[in-house]
Amino acid sequence: MSFISSPTGFFTGKLNEALGWARKFSIFQYPFVTACCGMEYMSTAASHYDIDRFGAGFPRFSPRQSDVLFVVGTINHKMAPVLKKVYDQMCEPKWVVAFGVCTCTGGFYDNYATVMGIDTIIPVDIYIPGCPPRPENVIDGLIKLQEKIQKGEQNRTLYDPRTKIGRPAEMQEGCTISHPIKNIESSS
Amino acid sequence: MAIQKRSMLLNVGPSHPAMHGVIRLIMELEGEKIKGVDVEIGYLHRAFEKMCETVMYNQCFPYTDRLNYVSPLINNVGFAMTVEKLLGIDIPERSKYIRVIMSEISRVTDHLTCLGASAMELGAMSVFLYMIKAREYLYELVEEITGARLTISYVRIGGVKADLTPGFADRAFQKIAEVRKVLIEGDELLTRNRIFFDRMKGIGIISQEEAISYGITGPFLRSTGIAYDVRKANPYLIYDRLDFEVPTGTTGDNLDRYFVRMAEMEQSLRMIEQCLQQIPDGPINGELTGDIIPAAQMVDRAKMGQTEGLMEDEVALDPTLQGSTKKYYKGINADQKSVVLPPKESTYSNIEGLMNHFKLVMYGHGIKPPVGEAYFPVEGANGELGFYIVSDGREHPWRVRVHPPCFPIMSALPKLLVGSVMADLVPTFGSVNMIAGELDR
Amino acid sequence: MTPLEQVQQQFAKDIIETHAFRGDETAVIRPGVLLNVAKFLKETPELGFNFLMDLTAVDYLFFAGGRISKEYRFEVVYHLYSLKHNHRIRIKVPLTEENPEVDSLDKLWASANWYEREVWDMYGVKFKGHPNLKRILMYEEFKGHALRKDYPFNKRQPLIGPQN
Repeated sequence: MSFISSPTGFFTGKLNEALGWARKFSIFQYPFVTACCGMEYMSTAASHYDIDRFGAGFPRFSPRQSDVLFVVGTINHKMAPVLKKVYDQMCEPKWVVAFGVCTCTGGFYDNYATVMGIDTIIPVDIYIPGCPPRPENVIDGLIKLQEKIQKGEQNRTLYDPRTKIGRPAEMQEGCTISHPIKNIESSS
Repeated sequence: MAIQKRSMLLNVGPSHPAMHGVIRLIMELEGEKIKGVDVEIGYLHRAFEKMCETVMYNQCFPYTDRLNYVSPLINNVGFAMTVEKLLGIDIPERSKYIRVIMSEISRVTDHLTCLGASAMELGAMSVFLYMIKAREYLYELVEEITGARLTISYVRIGGVKADLTPGFADRAFQKIAEVRKVLIEGDELLTRNRIFFDRMKGIGIISQEEAISYGITGPFLRSTGIAYDVRKANPYLIYDRLDFEVPTGTTGDNLDRYFVRMAEMEQSLRMIEQCLQQIPDGPINGELTGDIIPAAQMVDRAKMGQTEGLMEDEVALDPTLQGSTKKYYKGINADQKSVVLPPKESTYSNIEGLMNHFKLVMYGHGIKPPVGEAYFPVEGANGELGFYIVSDGREHPWRVRVHPPCFPIMSALPKLLVGSVMADLVPTFGSVNMIAGELDR
Repeated sequence: MTPLEQVQQQFAKDIIETHAFRGDETAVIRPGVLLNVAKFLKETPELGFNFLMDLTAVDYLFFAGGRISKEYRFEVVYHLYSLKHNHRIRIKVPLTEENPEVDSLDKLWASANWYEREVWDMYGVKFKGHPNLKRILMYEEFKGHALRKDYPFNKRQPLIGPQN
């Protein structure tokens, strides 16, 4: 990082870096567990996979005390206002992880009851697709979140279904293929 | 000055730490006493029944996985059995045993999760960690057979997706021994634990008459002393050949439900062992003499007419389809071409197989049961899981109704809670084992 | 004598149709006699149907497989089970589109309460004498009844967020 060209000064830059480093290993998460993905969330949190190794093992059950919102499982239209309220109650800085394909795009529940992606309601930082994602996948997503926290990046935009702006390109068509499978396809 | 007495309204949920599931309770409290409870559900309504009307019969399986997501295999079996009843077909012995083995594994995972989570909510964190460890062993078994840990979509109408892997029985016996160890550990940690005992005993009592009137089944009903179990009352698959007991309680309180679930897990493990000993050998077709060749190569050879020896070759499949090749086919699938997909070798290497495959998966074709209706109950982890399917003779179900076992239990929740104190909500709700996916569908 | 035959004997003129497709004994009865039939099934000792296992409805609009009569659109379906005798019976009540209303069984079986609320929520079938007939799975703001065949499966009515 060149401190001469950086918009922030040398000391504030270094301070932000230190803050990011401290933040990324002390993730206080709020697990907003609704559905099937909760089972894999439990597996990830329990001793076998142990997300405590990444400093994210401490769930806080008050949105005011937490800085990462894990939205785990399908959100339907009855639940959507509750999710929004929980998100609004969280203090800055805050990040949102969409856990499972229902929260990313709505998945195969394309029907009257289900919200087609929570990013239409609240801004999402990390998408972890999978139905439900395997614990390894979750840990991968968590590491990506840590990188984002280190850089101090936060997503602020909502997804607009009409303009199709605000969701990563690979998720646009409700695509749920994770990267390893893509590589196999392109290599053959 | 006289103390003014008034009741307080407390809203619990839909996202609450003491609730592993989305449900909202509006409670009227007087001091710590619960005077009234209003239960609000529907926070995980995902339109299971409507979605099933829009897809073909085999495509419903992914949706059934997500009903009771802690024991998805039982849901799969229930749905498949109902459609088979509607079609009037029977399945081979080996696949019946496989279905029972997988259902019982699922039941153990369900009870482990239920007990672990409710113990954790009472502060016994290590029990939760141990039980999830045991569940992880069982998930490894499930993954070995189905290719997925949780949402498995394993059962097919007229059979199962894949046969058991070679050497599965040995590994299963190992894992069962490990699970037994965990159960003993859990038993030691909880059963003589003063705190656990005091918080569970005499709380959340329901009488036999009330339980019947509310239509409650499963471990919840058995804890009151009624030994109703679909596996005994209306045996399906091969349950009538297995030696198992139906554990019952006496008082119908939380402690009894805990004991019933603990005892049921032991019975389920026994059943798996018996099945693994009784199961007829597979693969039925024996070893093929040809080579193992990739699918693309097989298709190319068939297209070019190089069919010499092709019938004896085996296809190398994607890992998720392992165990579904020709040599396993007859052992696990019903002999019904109009229902079951052909073995992959014939799909790739001859036109009849390809046509058969297309006739079952193409829009407008598919499995077409006769016009009629059928209800089939299986014993789910929470009680009687019944599917009611109406067919209009086309490839989509006209109506799929699932009788969710925790729905009646939740409707009885006010009965269980009113009169007790606020802190009793946690053990009572834990022992109900509410699964939102199945409650709201 | 099977439970179905007993019902047939008792309510000969109120039974529209019976069948036992795949062994599921079914009686289709007129809506007016539902309470009497239910009471008879529950309280006759030889029948003893003490469980109301399931209560649901089916919408037969545009049904291709042939219906009892075109005037009936809905059918409310009751699955009963007897613990003592270990037998089951299915009772169906056809209802017209203009007046989908049937007696509530809340007084006989406590489980009917929530099931009837669900049927009201999903199909708009009213239950006479139900103490608390309001939506259970959907929210109060939801318009229409989602499981009816003329409700499109992906017509959303969001409370917040983009409107469809």
